[in-house]
Amino acid sequence: MYDIWDGIKSALYLLVTLDRDLIEITLRSLQVTLMAVAIGSAIGLPLGAWLAIRRFRYRRVAIAVLNAFMGLPPVVVGLIVYLLLSRSGPFGVFGLLFTPTAMIIAQVIIITPLIASIAHQAIRELWAEYHDLLISLNTSKGQRIRTLIWDGRRPLITASLAGFGRGIGEVGAIMIVGGNIDHATRVLTTAIALETGKGDFALALGLGFVLIFLSLFVNFATHALGRTERGRFW
Amino acid sequence: MKATLPLKLRDVCVRRRGKTLIGPIDLSLDAGDLTIVLGPNGAGKTTLMRAMHGLQRLSSGSINYAVPTVAARDAQAFVSQHPIMMRRSLRDNLIYPLKLRGTSRDEATVMAEDWAARIELTHALSQAAPNLSGGEKQKVALARALITKPELVFLDEPCANLDGHATRDIETMLLAERDVGRTLVMSTHDLGQARRLATRVIFMLKGRVHETGTADSFFSTPKTAEAVAFLKGDIV
Repeated sequence: MYDIWDGIKSALYLLVTLDRDLIEITLRSLQVTLMAVAIGSAIGLPLGAWLAIRRFRYRRVAIAVLNAFMGLPPVVVGLIVYLLLSRSGPFGVFGLLFTPTAMIIAQVIIITPLIASIAHQAIRELWAEYHDLLISLNTSKGQRIRTLIWDGRRPLITASLAGFGRGIGEVGAIMIVGGNIDHATRVLTTAIALETGKGDFALALGLGFVLIFLSLFVNFATHALGRTERGRFW
Repeated sequence: MKATLPLKLRDVCVRRRGKTLIGPIDLSLDAGDLTIVLGPNGAGKTTLMRAMHGLQRLSSGSINYAVPTVAARDAQAFVSQHPIMMRRSLRDNLIYPLKLRGTSRDEATVMAEDWAARIELTHALSQAAPNLSGGEKQKVALARALITKPELVFLDEPCANLDGHATRDIETMLLAERDVGRTLVMSTHDLGQARRLATRVIFMLKGRVHETGTADSFFSTPKTAEAVAFLKGDIV
């Protein structure tokens, strides 16, 4: 019990004094996850919209596969990305292993199906609502997708935030492909795992508080967006 | 620019799960009329309107405009019984079809504000369109359909579920459009409304066109027993 209280006090001290290591690790976490969310959203949002409005033979199978990919074990994703980026792998020549770029690649693979699946659900409902109007106005497929993405932007931002929530808390894949290298690829989750192992609960708890703060911020942001949806003025 | 009309339907049938919803229907629509598609519930009015506009796939038969289908689709609009409000402000709902046609934002905004004034909703321009009342939504849907000056407008029971004031406002707008020569095709089962608006009537029953003609001849001398019964208010 003493260790926990001591750790909490030390953690608060690190937070209040804006400890350099804490800031560096937090900023790297944000850099990796925000970049992964941006790429994942750029792929997942149009993919979800496309799956919602396009009718093709194996559409149901594609949606089932997409939903199944939401449950991809991050450690397995990390292993596959590791094998692809390692020296002997097909992309080894790029020298990306143990860099933030490798961590972004792994996170993109993990969060894109989640973003696409939530986007698909949201756009499918909106498409059912807009179908007659957009067909009647003789819109092209591109115009339909753009309209649905714009008018469904609030649930789609929620999809991206869900991707952020999954990415920021992820540890298995980025530990494997990033290597948890100090001042290079160490992020909040991998640092917490390391510091806990070392018995440095102060830094581990400090990092944990930051992680909890980021998760709460995402949830509050999601809630706030939901409220604007019901607002009188847009 | 070549006129879209006349519109010709030949042996049009729509079936779903083995059941014939409408057809076979042979019909011709000319420019300048306010045609009322009249009939009881379940007569196939909505299916016919959707088929003519291209929202309903045909099981057999053909629908031909005087111009190629793509050009014809650009020259028409559709207003449904349940107005579809985009999740945007009233202003942006009115601007949307104009922007699709390449109108500049400034010009589209001026036109949207002009139409908002016509439907007496200037005060609500910045409001979320889905939060408007039923009557206001229907007026917005009608304004959005008319703002691109389509040659032909289909209206599927636009006054269903509206109160007397909202119905009168919609009818006033439709009469103004009829007077400027726009071709309107509107379905309704409201006899009073049909008498007030129609220049031509298509009477439907059980998925088929039972009788067509000018409004005067249909209401004064209906040709079929079913039309006589319907006009008397009997259940047909």
